[in-house]
Amino acid sequence: MNKNKIFNKANFKIWSRLGMRATFGVAALELSNNVDKLMILTGDVSTSAGLDRFKKKFPDKYLDVGIAEQNLIGIGAGLASEGFNVITTTFAPFQTMRCCEQIKVNLGYMKQKICMVGLASGLALGTLGYTHCCIEDVGILRSIPNLSIVAPADSAETVKAVMASIEYNNSVYIRLTGDASINQVYEDDYDFKIGKSITLKNGKDISIFASGTMVKVALDCSRILSQNNIDAEIVNMHTIKPIDIQKVNESAKSSKLIVSIEEHNVIGGLRSGIAECLADIKGSPRFIFFGINDTYSKGGEYNYLKEQFGLTASVISKKIMLKLKEN
Amino acid sequence: MVEQSEIIKIKQLSKKMRENILTMSLAAGVSSSHFGGSLSTVELLATLYNNVLKFDIANPLWDDRDRFILSKGHACLGYYSVLCEKGFFAKEDLNLFEKNGSFLLGHPVINKKKGIEFSNGSLGMGLALGIGVAIAAKKNKKNYRVFVLIGDGECNEGSIWEAAMSAAHFKLKNVTAILDNNNLQQTGSNDDIMSTKDLANKWRSFNWDVQEINGHNIPEILAALNHVSEKPKLILAKTIKGKGFSFSENNNNWHHNIMTKKQYDEAIKELNEQK
Repeated sequence: MNKNKIFNKANFKIWSRLGMRATFGVAALELSNNVDKLMILTGDVSTSAGLDRFKKKFPDKYLDVGIAEQNLIGIGAGLASEGFNVITTTFAPFQTMRCCEQIKVNLGYMKQKICMVGLASGLALGTLGYTHCCIEDVGILRSIPNLSIVAPADSAETVKAVMASIEYNNSVYIRLTGDASINQVYEDDYDFKIGKSITLKNGKDISIFASGTMVKVALDCSRILSQNNIDAEIVNMHTIKPIDIQKVNESAKSSKLIVSIEEHNVIGGLRSGIAECLADIKGSPRFIFFGINDTYSKGGEYNYLKEQFGLTASVISKKIMLKLKEN
Repeated sequence: MVEQSEIIKIKQLSKKMRENILTMSLAAGVSSSHFGGSLSTVELLATLYNNVLKFDIANPLWDDRDRFILSKGHACLGYYSVLCEKGFFAKEDLNLFEKNGSFLLGHPVINKKKGIEFSNGSLGMGLALGIGVAIAAKKNKKNYRVFVLIGDGECNEGSIWEAAMSAAHFKLKNVTAILDNNNLQQTGSNDDIMSTKDLANKWRSFNWDVQEINGHNIPEILAALNHVSEKPKLILAKTIKGKGFSFSENNNNWHHNIMTKKQYDEAIKELNEQK
């Protein structure tokens, strides 16, 4: 794949204005030029997935199975077993939960390799209610063997993750969060590897691990914290499974507080993954976590919901500072 | 017309398969086995593997082989029996059925070298896999065909109908679904548990080419399997659950049951008395 051609400052900026979903469509077009036997399958969501151009340009590589997600995964697995590089996509709740057992049997148990892209996960579709929000996907999928989970931090990382998943040795679920425009985390090309976290900022006092759109929130936190003389390490934990246990171990040795931030239920996702690592570390530091507090709240706009759950830099930094005072 | 000698061969194969089924049922011991729903598939599988399905035992991964998927995975006794008779594994291996660490579990586990294309067991999943494989054949310009064996109880699953809808939509004339219509499911008759009334018209309305046959009548099975159509084909095979043994025919206690040595001996005797 000629990746260098597309990973540049100008594209990173353009993509951030498109949001993750439309950028996925851009990644699809790029893949079609570089990947042999590519098939992209959707469940009647071509426009939402940014795939209209792809569908028009490469009708042979595109398959709409209708609103039938069990069939989506079954057909995808059948194609994968015959050597196709398969990507499936639909909105996150339908991409993960409606067809959960097909994912278990076909992708997990049988190891048929598919890259699943869950659109608008987290709280982005809050005005549509919790049928369309998705705060459970990571927790559910994390318990299925032979499946990796990636939550890109921004649009550029979405392209990186899709491309990496094609070359990866097992199935990957790519969880897209955020709305139509995304705060840019990456401004220029960088190395991305599934399973290998990225330390965006070094810090000696505390370590903040974040995934998806919460990576930008974590960076904002670090600025607030530094004004208060707290030096925070910021880690983009884009891969939630397999979790970068080595990085958690390193941070646990040097930091007095570990923090996780995720746009997901606090049960089953990034917090749980990190807690599982910390549980095995002798004398591990204290741990504070931010996410959706195991509840279905009243719906509303994306920013409204993030505020309701305290997923903003100001609230999170304040709570971190309080926690540090407890120590 | 089918040569009489061919029919005799398939009948002999069916007999051996029933003997293999008994062997495995006995080997399963107290963990028991899905006996009845396997026996209803015997003639269907014997005919398919003996006369229709293209495969190369010396090269099980041959690209152009026809693909068979046992979607009603609990009928694996029938499946393993025919694979064994066709040389995918040894007769002694049948004694490994449901044993610790065995490759022959109570539902098929993917093992292409042994002729098992996919893992199955959770009902309603095999047809969608078959559709993916059939689309792949078209994309790869391959002539292989895809055969999927499903059950009538399995047709309770909504995913079967998602798959049925899509096969016709994608114009997959290379797909044949064989529906083992023995009228019984785990805890009762189809009509008692969830009526599947008029399966033929249900599949027709999903735009499949439906043929209704006696699923134990070899010439009828052969004709249905060889029937050429521009649509996906559904063979609605009227069968008898537990077929072949007086104690198990239409007796749903034998859906999943323990085979004792005494029952095994009686069954072998009955089998040997059959022509």
